[in-house]
Amino acid sequence: MTELIDFISNNLQIIYIVILMIFVGVEVIGHVPAVLHTPLMSGANAIHGVVIIGAIIVMLSADPENILALALGFVAVLLGTLNVVGGFVVTDRMLEMFKKKK
Amino acid sequence: MMEYIFSLEFIYLIASITYILGLKMLGHPETARKGNLIAAAGMTLAILGTIFLYQGEVPMFIYSLIGIAIIIGTIIGWVIAKKVAMTKMPELVSLFNGMGGASAALIGLIEFHHYVGDTISIVTILAGIIIGSISFSGSMIAWGKLNGTITKPIRLPKYNILNNIIFIILIAFSAFMAYSGTDSQLYLYILFFGALAYGILFVVPIGGADMPVVISLLNSFTGLAAALGGFLYGNMVMLTGGILVGSAGTILTFAMCDAMNRSLFNVIFGGFGDTDTADNEGSSGKIQGTIKKATVSDVAILMNYSQRIIFVPGYGLAVAQAQHAIHELEQLLINKGIEVKYAIHPVAGRMPGHMNVLLAETNVDYDKLAEMEDVNPEFKNTDVVFVVGANDVVNPAAHNDSSSPIYGMPILDVENAKQIIINKRSMKPGYAGIENELFYNQKTSMLFGDAKTVIQALITELKGM
Repeated sequence: MTELIDFISNNLQIIYIVILMIFVGVEVIGHVPAVLHTPLMSGANAIHGVVIIGAIIVMLSADPENILALALGFVAVLLGTLNVVGGFVVTDRMLEMFKKKK
Repeated sequence: MMEYIFSLEFIYLIASITYILGLKMLGHPETARKGNLIAAAGMTLAILGTIFLYQGEVPMFIYSLIGIAIIIGTIIGWVIAKKVAMTKMPELVSLFNGMGGASAALIGLIEFHHYVGDTISIVTILAGIIIGSISFSGSMIAWGKLNGTITKPIRLPKYNILNNIIFIILIAFSAFMAYSGTDSQLYLYILFFGALAYGILFVVPIGGADMPVVISLLNSFTGLAAALGGFLYGNMVMLTGGILVGSAGTILTFAMCDAMNRSLFNVIFGGFGDTDTADNEGSSGKIQGTIKKATVSDVAILMNYSQRIIFVPGYGLAVAQAQHAIHELEQLLINKGIEVKYAIHPVAGRMPGHMNVLLAETNVDYDKLAEMEDVNPEFKNTDVVFVVGANDVVNPAAHNDSSSPIYGMPILDVENAKQIIINKRSMKPGYAGIENELFYNQKTSMLFGDAKTVIQALITELKGM
């Protein structure tokens, strides 16, 4: 129990952010017309590519001698980039089509 | 002050705001594209900031490795995203989602031994590995199912119980790892491969029709995995971006389930189509009557003398690559003074909104695409409904037959129209594998054939009138 209290008091700021972000996420999606669900899912998909930041941090803080960590980190950055770039480009392609009305 | 503006925290703050703003703008057709670009700009800023504002000594070759990884990833991602056909969009989202999940799992694998002894960080890392791995292997299966590599739902005996047992073992094993303070790499990889296997077993029994829901769910999983990474590093941009996608993705998942009148529980544990097939064999006998076949010229004449026509496109239209043909038909009919609209069911295609994307690609006017709630009251004033490659979304069993697996699903009430023309390749049931009594309706005429060929023939006929 004390551990839990400690955890909460030590991470209070993060807990606030998590709670508020959950509500922001719900609120932002709440009023979206069904026609935009696919682009929206695709856009959200690109945003969680933010995981690439973690992959970059892993690489930057890796021990230069540790080949395995560097190799895995390299793959992590590569996959994260695929997620980000592919995600945003594909979303843009979908939305480009919505715009084309005369 | 200038120093703070160029600090990483400030950049992360800006990036977090662009994600919220971007997602918000994605919710309106007029601002959607700009929203996506804003979020992309925020992401670029965050990535560059992370690389160039990092505090600490980093050998040059590591910078080069990061640069090479980003360049390769950018080129591959860009090319795939630009090249792939619009009909393949859902599987592409699944593929990219899997990449993010894998990235999150790899981060956990590398960081594990740095944090041994710090229970909370280890729990975070192990949770990130489990969720990221499930998201990766699950997305790959979903990708395979959508592009047709994996066709049948594969079910091991008692797969639900088996899956739940594996999941409980995964949780128990990671709890043991966290509290024993072990630094065993062997255990770590056992957990990793266990989670990968669970992801496969989790998605493999789920039918292809439910894949969009699964992808959306795995999408929010990856968000959560990214957020866990953010918590580990105290990295705000990962935390906000991850939680945002996690929560938005969950809501989107429920919205999709709603549109199909399926509960999430049902999707995951339901086994749609399995027990149902047995029922269908019984109920298919119940549907009696004859079907009426129409020829292309019958339909052309009918359309030519109509005032209001509504097209109901389904995935069959996309498969036949008939989007352009149907747009041409629409223009031709409009030039003849006929009112034409498209009725779009929320789950037409393979994802909510997928059909809109496909039709928008061919320059169909956005205002001509009517959503289900708006168009349903209009069917009774419609002379001809032309159903192309759609089946389950117009199946009246959703209203009348409480034993039907799609009972309660909102459908397009095309049976209220004066004439119904249904274009299909054969009498084969739709994706859900259910018979459709609409085909036997007195007002219905069946126009068999490939959607593209049939529509082009219609165009030729109509031009001659």
